[in-house]
Amino acid sequence: MAKVFKGRAVVAGSCTAPALVSHGGFNTLASFQMAMMFGDKKVKCGDQNNADLYKKPMKGTALCLPQTIGSTTGGMVLYTACATDNQPACMLFSKTIDSLAASGAILAEVWTDASMPVVDELGDEFLDYVKDGMSVTVSPDGTVTVE
Amino acid sequence: MELTREQQDILNGSKGEVMAKVMKSLVMYGETFGADKMVPVTSEYGHTVISFGIGVMKPVYDLYDQLIKAGALSGQKFSADPLPMDKHVPSSLLQDLVFKKFMYSQQSRYEKQLEKLGIISPDAYTCACYLDEVGNKPRKGEVLSWAESSAVVYANSVLGARCNRNSGMLELMGSIVGCVPHFGLLTDDGRRADWIIEVKTTKKPEAQLLGSAVGMKVMEQVPYIKGLDKWLGTELTDEVCAYLKDFGAATASNGAVGLYHIENLTPEAVESGEGLIRENAPVYVIDDAELERVKANYPVVWKDLDAQPKLCFIGCPHLTLSQLKSWTGRICAALDANGAKKVTVPTVMTCAPATLKKFRETPECALLEKAGVVLSYICPLMYMNNPLSGKMPVITCSNKLRTYTTARYYTEDELLAKITGGAK
Repeated sequence: MAKVFKGRAVVAGSCTAPALVSHGGFNTLASFQMAMMFGDKKVKCGDQNNADLYKKPMKGTALCLPQTIGSTTGGMVLYTACATDNQPACMLFSKTIDSLAASGAILAEVWTDASMPVVDELGDEFLDYVKDGMSVTVSPDGTVTVE
Repeated sequence: MELTREQQDILNGSKGEVMAKVMKSLVMYGETFGADKMVPVTSEYGHTVISFGIGVMKPVYDLYDQLIKAGALSGQKFSADPLPMDKHVPSSLLQDLVFKKFMYSQQSRYEKQLEKLGIISPDAYTCACYLDEVGNKPRKGEVLSWAESSAVVYANSVLGARCNRNSGMLELMGSIVGCVPHFGLLTDDGRRADWIIEVKTTKKPEAQLLGSAVGMKVMEQVPYIKGLDKWLGTELTDEVCAYLKDFGAATASNGAVGLYHIENLTPEAVESGEGLIRENAPVYVIDDAELERVKANYPVVWKDLDAQPKLCFIGCPHLTLSQLKSWTGRICAALDANGAKKVTVPTVMTCAPATLKKFRETPECALLEKAGVVLSYICPLMYMNNPLSGKMPVITCSNKLRTYTTARYYTEDELLAKITGGAK
């Protein structure tokens, strides 16, 4: 049964993708660095401190997370992932987006042709409900449907 | 968001497409966080977190080429984080090859870009840009467009400047257009304390351990810390500022703190006292047992937990002059006590190029080098952030380095024993 969540569209857009869920903070640099360095086409998560995501492919997924954590290089890492077509299909935040993730998403939106809708403030219930592999559909108004 | 006529004109393209995109990036950033307006950057200098020309980040340097080509240069000179390579730091031939040919293949290109964009000087590469000898020390109330979490938290908390926790790239864009969105730590309300921290330890707490505990508890919120003035006093001396530098770096990396207040010590706490604290702020008590609990929970990701350390880094963030002198005394005394002449683990102490120049003029410098310690301006994080270095058993007293790399954390006393042959 589909469940609908309403968030805020930080970068408006639409897509449908399989969910990939991180219950802890998502360390952008640690997650992307190794995959980008070695040209991993699936962009497997390299953050050994993130038990939910470690070694799982991130490219093309609906990345569901509370917030991002870590270095202030996080924004440029996310921008680079988008500029090299290695980004998730969308990023869905249960909390208000943090300044570093917002920066990366905005830089990608303004300076690249990549499409990566970003929705935040979806609530803790969203992160409790969504599981890896569920189908997630994002609408431009920030509506997220999980089934 | 309300824009001035000039800001709106830039957004509409009056200064070209690239400048319009720069302004659009900042406006979108502000709108995401409810900014009401853009405010002028009032500090003399900026600071960028991006000091490395890392191969996989080529799109970043391509974008910077666009800026330079369009004449969208920084309106203020700026410093940058520490450089990622220094030939004086011990490394294997394979590491050298990986660093130069693979990881930092864009380094030369990027340093040339920074010259064009407006870096202060070739010596302006340090995370501790606010030290007197470096010269990028903002005044109270000044608005900054900086990134580098440890520098931002220091500028906000110890100097009373105003800066959000900006991302790399966006901080440079603020320096280019000369304004930043007004939200968060730029506002009076955003600087009020969300938490009360009560320090009830029986001795002066280790700065990097206390900062870690605070950061992990409050995350991105603002703590008001009581009880620390008992150990630090009420004056911002060189030693106290060095303590706060390390404390803040740990709050910012183990959590996401951009501002802290310390009762009777930091400028806004001295001015406004408990009036800074929000109603019903939760209280977190930190005693000896809590610090022990926090330390015991750090994961150690070495494959062999009993491995002999191959390298020790001290100075993340970069050390102050007083810290270099203090470490020299402690290392020499410990070596004497242990009947040793040189450190038993290859040890690198890192500081700003300008600090290093001043330190070289002191008698302590020769003593430290005689003890076998390597002095460097490198960024230990950049050295560690690759698979080869990641497999090395590296030890440190930096909680920031521990957080982002495989380096293993020890308190300063524990580390001193390890590198001087005093550890059991």
